[in-house]
Parts: sequence; C-alpha cells; structure tokens
Amino acid sequence: MTRLPRWADLVLVPLISLLLAGIISALVILAIGQSPMEALRTMVTGALGSAYGWGYTLYYATSFMFTGLAVTVAFHASLFNIGGEGQAQLGGLGVALVCLFIPWPHWTLALPGAMIAGALFGAAWAAIPAYLQAKRGSHVVITTIMFNYIAAALIVYMLVNVLRPAGQMDPATARFPAATNLPTLHEIPGLSILFDKQIPANVTLFVALLACWLVWLLLWRTRLGYEIRAFGRSEPAALYAGISPFRVTMIAMLISGGLAGLMSINNVMGESERLLQNSTEGAGFIGIAVALMGRNHPIGVFLAAILFGFLFQGGAELGLWTSIPIELRTVVQGLVILFTGALDHMVRMLLGLFFAPRRTQVA
Amino acid sequence: MTGDTGKERQATAAPAIELRGISKAFGPVQANKDISIRVAKGTIHGIIGENGAGKSTLMSILYGFYKADSGQILINGTPTAIPDSQAAIRAGIGMVFQHFKLVQNFSVLENVILGAEDGALLRPSLAKARKVLGELAAEYELDVDPDEVIEELSVGHQQRVEILKALYRHADILILDEPTGVLTPAEADHLFRILRNLKEQGKTIILITHKLREIMEITDTVSVMRRGEMTATVKTAETSPEELAELMVGRKVLLDVAKTPAQPGRVVLEVENLRVVDEDKVERLKGISLKICAGEILGIAGVAGNGQSELLAVLGGIARGTGIIRLNGDQIDLTGQHSDGQSRRARGIAHVPEDRQHLGMIMDFSAWENTAFGYHHDPAYQKNRWLMDNDAILENTKGKMERFDVRPPIPTLSAKSFSGGNQQKIILAREIERNPDLLLVGQPTRGVDIGAIEFIHKRIVELRDAGKAVLLVSVELDEIMSLSDRIAVMFDGKIMGERLPEGTNERELGLLMAGITDGKTGEAA
Repeated sequence: MTRLPRWADLVLVPLISLLLAGIISALVILAIGQSPMEALRTMVTGALGSAYGWGYTLYYATSFMFTGLAVTVAFHASLFNIGGEGQAQLGGLGVALVCLFIPWPHWTLALPGAMIAGALFGAAWAAIPAYLQAKRGSHVVITTIMFNYIAAALIVYMLVNVLRPAGQMDPATARFPAATNLPTLHEIPGLSILFDKQIPANVTLFVALLACWLVWLLLWRTRLGYEIRAFGRSEPAALYAGISPFRVTMIAMLISGGLAGLMSINNVMGESERLLQNSTEGAGFIGIAVALMGRNHPIGVFLAAILFGFLFQGGAELGLWTSIPIELRTVVQGLVILFTGALDHMVRMLLGLFFAPRRTQVA
Repeated sequence: MTGDTGKERQATAAPAIELRGISKAFGPVQANKDISIRVAKGTIHGIIGENGAGKSTLMSILYGFYKADSGQILINGTPTAIPDSQAAIRAGIGMVFQHFKLVQNFSVLENVILGAEDGALLRPSLAKARKVLGELAAEYELDVDPDEVIEELSVGHQQRVEILKALYRHADILILDEPTGVLTPAEADHLFRILRNLKEQGKTIILITHKLREIMEITDTVSVMRRGEMTATVKTAETSPEELAELMVGRKVLLDVAKTPAQPGRVVLEVENLRVVDEDKVERLKGISLKICAGEILGIAGVAGNGQSELLAVLGGIARGTGIIRLNGDQIDLTGQHSDGQSRRARGIAHVPEDRQHLGMIMDFSAWENTAFGYHHDPAYQKNRWLMDNDAILENTKGKMERFDVRPPIPTLSAKSFSGGNQQKIILAREIERNPDLLLVGQPTRGVDIGAIEFIHKRIVELRDAGKAVLLVSVELDEIMSLSDRIAVMFDGKIMGERLPEGTNERELGLLMAGITDGKTGEAA
C-alpha cells in the first residue's frame, strides 16, 4: 500500500469520509421520501446559521471535547475506554453533591470545586476497571461497558431514593443554588453581542479548550505522556525501558475517567443546573467517535467535537422544522462514525491508488 | 529457444531457471532492477546479499507471491507465467521459508498432504503419502517419524518436513530461504548432506543466505545482490569470502574482528544459581552461574530458545528470577519494586535487547524519542519538573547519529523507516554512550548488513577496552568465536561448559550446543 502524503492523510481522508457519509445520508433521506437539500439547509441554518444555533452547537461540542479527550488519553495507552458515559454520569453526581451541599459564595469558586468533584468521581468510576485490567487482565472494554450500566442504575437509585427533594415527582435533584450557576457565553463581557440570551453554551467551553491544550502537553511534552504512548505502542518495550504497566494503566484510565467526569460541569452545572436522569445524553459514546475521527489528537478532537455538535444540533432542528423524524440524526451520526472511524482505511486505500505512481504491467 | 530439440536435450541444455530482466518496484523503492540469472540444472546456486538487497523479493516473484513489473521467467527453457504459488508448484518449484509454514498440532503426514490431497477422503492420500515419505527418507536421509505431531519435533526436523512437503509436490527446483538460521551446527551439517543428496539426484537448489561460510561450503555457483541489482555471478570455486563480502557491500570489509587480548580486571558481574520460571511454570533457567570481569567479553553460545533470552531479561530487569546477582559486589534485587529496567540502568547496566523491534525501540516513535527510551528520566532530558526537554533530546540524538554513523542522520524520522543496521546503531548509541559498567547485548548483528556488522563489533570491543564488562548473546557462532574473550555454551537453561575461543572449535561448541558433553570437562565456574 502506498503511503499518502501527510496533508492527504490529515485533511483529505476525513473530508472524503464525511462526504461519503453525507451522500449515503442523502440517499436515506431520499428513500423516506424527503428532500436531502432541504434537510441539509435546515441543519446548517439551525446549527450554524444563527447565534442561537451556535450557542447550542458549541454547548454540545464542549461536552464532546471532554469525552473525546477521555477516549484519546486512554487510547494512547492502548486502552479502549468505552466507559465515558458512566464516568460522565458519576461526574455529574459529584458535581451535584458539591453544588448542593457546599454553600458557595460565587460561581468562580464553585466552578473549581465542581471540577475537582466531577473529575474525582469520574476517575473513581474508571479506577475499578483500570485496576481489574492492570492486575488481572480483565479486558477494559468489557468492564467499562458493564460499569456504564451500573452507573446508570446507581444514578437512578441516588435520584429516586436519596437526592430527590420531598414532594418532587421526577427523579432529579433540587435546583442548584443561584450562586453556582455558570455564566453562559452571552453573559460574558465582550461576547454578549455575539451570542443570544437563551443559549446553554457556557464558560465550560474555555475549560474544554484548556483541557485540549493540557492533554496535548501531557501526551507529547511530559515524561508521563511519553510513558503512556510508549506503553500503548508496545508493552514488552515498555517493560524493557522500566515503565510499569500497572502504573501507566492506572494513571491513563484515571485521567481518562477524570476528563469524562469533567464533562458534567457543562451539562449538569452549566445547563440543567440540577442532576437529571441520563444527563449525559450519550455524549460518552459520541466521545469515542470524536476521538476516532480526531485521530486521537487534541486538535482533531476539537474539530471533530464541533462537527458532532453541529450534527447534534442540526439533527434536533430537523425534527423541529421538517417532517424528517429526529431519529434520522442518529442515522447520520452513525454513518459519520462508520465512515470516519470504521471505513477510514477503505478511503485511505482508494486514495492510495490515486497517489500511487503509475506502474506498467508487463507479464 | 529455436525449434523443438526433443525433451531429452532440452532438459539437459536449458537452465532449470532463467530469469531475464526482472524488475520490481514497491512505490519509490526499486527492490529488483533488471535482474538476469541462469541456474543450471542439478546445481546448488547460492544467492547472497545484505538485508534489503532484494533476494527475498526475487524469490517471491519466482514463487508467485509478487508479480514482476517487467521481465520474463523461463523454467527449463520454457517461458512460464507464475501468477501464484499454485503455478509455481505446477512448474516444479518448491520453497522452504525461513519461518516454517506448518500446522503445529497436525502430524507430519497431515502437514505433507495439506493442500495436496487427492480427494475428499483423507485415508487414501495419507496412505500414499506414508509410502512416498518412506521412499524419500531412504533416498535423501530425510527421515522423520510421519506420525509425530509437528510441535513435538525439533526445528531441524520441522525443516525436513518442509523439504518433504516440497518433494511430495514433485518439486525439481528447491528454494531455501536462510535455512540455517535456526539450526545447530550439527543440524546444519545434516541439512547440507540432504542438499548434496538432492543435487546428486538431479534436483536444482537455490540457497538464499547471508552467511559467507555456507556459500563457500556448499554452493557450485553464487550470485551476489546489492541494492536490488545482481552485481556478480561467479563459480564458488573461483572466489573467496573476502571477494564476496566486497561484492555485497561495495567496499572492502574486515571480516575478522581486530582486537587485542583481553585485560580482565576486577569481577563486575557475578551470577549464582539463577533460576527463572516462566508463566507456564516451565523452568527456563536451571541454575545459571557465571562471572564477567571488567574489560572482558563473555559470549553465550547456544541455539535460540535455550534460556539466553531469559538470562538477558532477568539481568536487564524485565523478568523475575531467583538466585543471586551481584554487580560490582553489590547484590541486585531480583524481585519487588527495585527490579525493573529503570533500577538496572541506574546501577550501570545497559541492555541492547535481542529483539530490537519489539523491545529495544518503539517503531512508531521517531529516532530522537527512541534515544530517550529507558533514559527518559535523565535530568539532562528535562526542561523543568513537569516537561521534558525535547529540543535537548533532539540535539543529543543528532550527535549520537553522527558518532554512530546512522543513516540517514535525521532524528525526526520514525524508527521503522531505518534499516535494521541503522536501528541497531541508534540503540547501541543510546546504550553505549551511557558508559555502563556492564553491557548486555543480544544478537547485536541479527538482520544487520555486513558493513554495519563491522562497525557494531568495533564499538563493542572499544567498550571492552575501556574496562567495561560485556555479556554477548548470539546464535551466530562466528560472531561468538571472533568477539568473545570467553565462551559459555547454554543448552536447556543450563551452562554446558566454558571454553576459550582459541582453545576450541565449532565442532566442540556445536556438540555442547546440542547438549552433549563428554562427561567430565568444563562445568561452569
């Protein structure tokens, strides 16, 4: 197989994959008797055509950045953390407890407190699968999936039996005190002109951007990142170099779980301002697609998160303004994941034929 | 070919194989450039060349694995297209690969008929194969128990099964790719006897190897390949190892290692009763004891898989063991927290591992990242408490690449883009420049071209001359003989005996490697 030039590998392959996913999506929309152009127009105007739309797109993107980074860090240690969903839900629990039971004077203090709690709870939820993997070799894919279910059940229990205020019907906590409410992008001086009032995107976006940079720094500039990447590429070589597999597995999974847990300052603290059942809305799983598409690099994760934010918001608009069912959003996402993640190599191979020097075939 | 001259005449006159102008490119790499060669019927024809010279590509074309970009193949004078290995077999070509293609839990008989069954029912095929195998065994000294399961056989016997497989498919032309790499000297001798028998029966044999000694010993004609081209074809009787080496590398090569007698100093490494049990509870080291002094190279000879890897692994902190290891008089922890690669390095043990691609480096990492591998805690490589100083490592790598003549000297290139020899130089530079008290080095020149071998040997001897202890593990007896100051032979996890290189020969070492001692001599100190 021919090696592609770097630009083709980084830019062309994802673009063509996306295009293919778009074409198939269009065919599906055609097949249910709707207009693909109409759908595309609705999605683009709904997600990117207004300050309001951007407010939602960026809100979703913020969550996906955290979960995408979570998958990325674990992936570099050759650990496939599918448990982002559960870790993020547990993070939400941590955030809720801190917001409800500590009397914060101001959001600037509440935010770091909630970040620590969210990260700790997320990391703790990743710690058990990590330990089982590191000590007993129980595959982290299996255990993290199982921990997603346990997390969901635990949250329901907590909401129904412990945290639900007396007299409230729905399984949710009480509203967080006003002092813990995070400013939306509209409320930030300087950005207020750009963004609409009723948007969920909030200061957490900046925390996510900071996290992207810190993860990059961690992976490519620190000893720990070096050890994580070395271990991920070759465990025997890591042993040779005196890198402890146990230590790296544990740390990489804890960081991964922590990042997933951090997500909940966006949705729980920033948006709903109370802990709901299924607060994560599948962001943990979308993080896997985001990391895959972002080639496990923070810059790629950032871009892919924006793309998936667009798909999420645009898809919601579809359900709102057209007779295309909202479930189609899932179809489109699925196709994007299929093409950018799973069929990535197919595109690369086809491109390889294109870039290969012409050969003469003589028997 | 002009006219029909009758089968008889054609068979004797035409070469068994003739390649005309074969070229093959992989992307920008020209693996074979306009190669023409004639292999006469009933001869043993050697093809020699460095790694990456294009020998394997050429043979893969002949066996139908690759399609040549241009050129023609003639078998017994007839132009033949070989699009796949089935066509090669029909044309009478058999191939014995370096890595055997046998089903481990099948019997010899089952392996032989696999893919060559006569019908849906196995019984007639097996009966026929049993009969044929009996005949072949008698004819060529190719005796193997037909009912034995492959995994129970020694490597030498497995190789015989591969040869039998080819002969069972009526191969007249047999290609062997690096056949002696895994054999003891005695097994190699036996193989050569088989090959001579085959030749006498009119079979044509192509032997691919990088070992000059084998070429000189058994071939009639030898072709030399360099960088995808066939640089020469000569009669073996009319050439010398020196000439062949020069043809392979393209310059004069020093085949023998130039070194002065050792000046052993104080004892650096002392190993007593070292035992290693692996994950399957098999004892891999059964009480090893040895000593290495400063300024001395101890060579460990032995067929691969007799505990040498485990010895290196324990000394290098990769595996756990029991027993006593003392470095400069201080006992080293063999278990627990202080028994890893980091603590060994801190004590002054450097390790050039046998398997450089899986242990010694991270192939996806760049050369400079690999320069820090294992030493990434070195304060010189840190910018501050948190961040590594990548620029410093990069600069350091540039210097190392220059001093160790790594080509191309580009530190940002990924390790996998370097040739085997240059990868090895990157590792050696990393380990030797640490100025260790003890250097563990496994298979220093495996998969390394002749030009680089000379360089690597020189560096190892230099380290010895600087008063350091070296433990050398190699399956290449030549290398052990020429580099070591003392030789210990390992067999089945034990040291069979120690010899001085000037007081022994390959025959004696070969017997020890096969586990045969003449009773009294040479129990390890």
